[in-house]
Amino acid sequence: MNKLLKVSSNPHVRSQMTTSSIMLSVIVALMPAAGFGIYHFGPRAALVILVSVLGTVGAETLYWAFLRFVCGQKDRKNTVWDLSAVVTGLLLALNLPVGIPLWMAVLGGIFAIVAVKMLFGGLGQNFMNPALAARCFLLISFPARMTDFVCDACTGATPLAALKAGEQVNVRDMVFGFTGGTIGETSAIAIAAGACILLLLGIIDLRIPASYLVTVALFAGIFGGRGFDPNYISAQLAGGGLMLGAFFMATDYVTRPITGKGQYVYGVILGLLTGIFRIFGPGAEGVSYAILLGNLLVPLIEKYTRPTAFGYRKRGARSGK
Amino acid sequence: MAKLTFQGGIHPYDGKDLSKDRPIRDILPKGELVYPLSQHIGAPARAIVAVGDRVLAGQKIAESGGFVSAPIYASVSGTVKAVEPRRVVSGDMVMSIVVENDELYEDVGFYPVAPPDKLSREEIIDIIREAGIVGMGGAGFPTHVKLSPKEPEKIEYVIANCAECEPYLTSDYRRMMEEPEKLIGGLKIMLRLFEGAQGILAVEDNKPDCISLLRQLVREEPGISVKALKTKYPQGGERTLIYAVTGRKINSTMLPADVGCIVNNVDTVVAIYRAVVEGRPLMERIVTVTGDAVASPGNFRVKIGTSYEQILEAAGGFREPPEKVVCGGPMMGIAMSDLKVPATKTSTALLAFTKDEVSMIEPGPCINCGRCVEVCPGRVIPSRLADYAERFDEQAFLDNFGMECCECGCCSYICPARRPLTQEIKSMRKILLAKKKR
Repeated sequence: MNKLLKVSSNPHVRSQMTTSSIMLSVIVALMPAAGFGIYHFGPRAALVILVSVLGTVGAETLYWAFLRFVCGQKDRKNTVWDLSAVVTGLLLALNLPVGIPLWMAVLGGIFAIVAVKMLFGGLGQNFMNPALAARCFLLISFPARMTDFVCDACTGATPLAALKAGEQVNVRDMVFGFTGGTIGETSAIAIAAGACILLLLGIIDLRIPASYLVTVALFAGIFGGRGFDPNYISAQLAGGGLMLGAFFMATDYVTRPITGKGQYVYGVILGLLTGIFRIFGPGAEGVSYAILLGNLLVPLIEKYTRPTAFGYRKRGARSGK
Repeated sequence: MAKLTFQGGIHPYDGKDLSKDRPIRDILPKGELVYPLSQHIGAPARAIVAVGDRVLAGQKIAESGGFVSAPIYASVSGTVKAVEPRRVVSGDMVMSIVVENDELYEDVGFYPVAPPDKLSREEIIDIIREAGIVGMGGAGFPTHVKLSPKEPEKIEYVIANCAECEPYLTSDYRRMMEEPEKLIGGLKIMLRLFEGAQGILAVEDNKPDCISLLRQLVREEPGISVKALKTKYPQGGERTLIYAVTGRKINSTMLPADVGCIVNNVDTVVAIYRAVVEGRPLMERIVTVTGDAVASPGNFRVKIGTSYEQILEAAGGFREPPEKVVCGGPMMGIAMSDLKVPATKTSTALLAFTKDEVSMIEPGPCINCGRCVEVCPGRVIPSRLADYAERFDEQAFLDNFGMECCECGCCSYICPARRPLTQEIKSMRKILLAKKKR
């Protein structure tokens, strides 16, 4: 043997899944929702998506270039290849109305990447979902443009606003997505199709989405004032950003609890917050703020749902071999 | 209650097809054989031969160095060449007895003490201790200590660990297919030590031929049953095995006997049979030689002390130059830097790979995906423990059950960010254990 052998600590084999393959799966899973958005809202939706993704990817690259060339961090690698910036840009676009000025989409992308993600240490270190934080940033900064859902394909009010005003809504249209709203949130079916991809690939599980949706349904049934009217409950579930939020944003690895029990608790908290915002709040929507608030509660949830190691009965019992 | 599986675990590529149908072949070593005095957990053995002595196969060359220790026997006849530190698999230098093989393979003659049913409990345990038998699945814990729990009457299950959950390994499988009567005979001897206990052969269900063969053989044995466990790594770990078979849980501070169980690996049980029934001390074991760099993978009966170089030669040498050679399975084995080291009582396999996947990957930041939590059989949070280890936050590491890690490697295997989680946790545990001893 003339070649030196490689040595390393065990294990000596690894699974095939990588961070970027996970991100790629999420991108693929978002395609049905994005595709329907483009079909429903027209080609401008595609432009918003493109610009938003360019905004996030560009921001991450510029941030890297700044650290690499201006600050002289020679070993720093450009992290856009992990594809997480693409996911953020895509999610942000799906949370924007089709008529938004393009520069706002870019601004949102920059905010998501620089202020929410990179300044806190990059991938894995942000304590809020970047896309949602950027959406709320835009919502606060430009409330009129961000809630202007008028477009060629749809009538004025979103189904949830109509519901809140006491009007009847067409649940069938909501399930298919032929209603007003942001680019990616309207079609429950398209979102569910994408969610199925993630569930089948094992990228997400049902703990958070199921506990979230069930809590919203119960909350709406109890406090919504219309009882458990199936039409009303389904409209609550299919309306607004709930489907997109429950399957694609509440399940964001970085900003949800890592413990199994904690994930159920988190889902229930998101459901309660969403219910409160939607039914008792001034607006009809509540998913974005609910998830952002939930993100902030994650360390607390984890603290109280720490798993007990195998072979121990009580929580808090310490292992001292 | 039998669960037949456990929470967590992984399904790595199993690679067993390379060697599972290759019958066990004997290797007759040439040249020198090296017997490290520490091939078990506990006090090193003490050499009782001197340079120049002629020894026979089956002759005791080192005696037990304490209660938790085991004697060592020569596996060939020849002359003691040296008693000096030699390199072992882990890379450490360990005091060893070196015997120059005269290739006559003369032995001392093996006679059983008495028919097994005439032996008392103490006599059986004495024979096992004298035979130098230790846990041959990899841990090397002296078997007589395992078989002497404080309250032997409380033992309800004697489990033969036939899971062989490590990928690529087929030595236990071959042993069970070729010498099942010795396995069952060994289990029966252990059952004599624990009146009223049930004997269980716990096999993973990826070995259906083995399960049906064993079932056939124990049909007439009321006290022994075969349990087919779901195939999942690390099913053969002591804690996961006991849980799968009995539904009982032990943590790192407990012994199997605390929940009424005794667990021994296939090779160990066979060694017990050979010691008690045939009067043979532990001198050989089965080693799987496999991997894509090996010319002709197979299973070999290896005399303890044989150098890995010769074991590899028996398998046809390298087909292609390897990049990585591992002693043991791919999940928990030790990467070797040199093949000129001896096989010991705990050497289960020699793996050689043309590509080292681990050297090609680049760790990235944790994305908190929770896969390590899902797969961890110890039910801890490996990603967080690795963080505490990196920061050397001893308190947080202990508070979050860091010592419960069994170093099975599932977390590192599954991590999409390719973080060396097991390595970090393992290093921290090592430091804390050493600190505790001091």
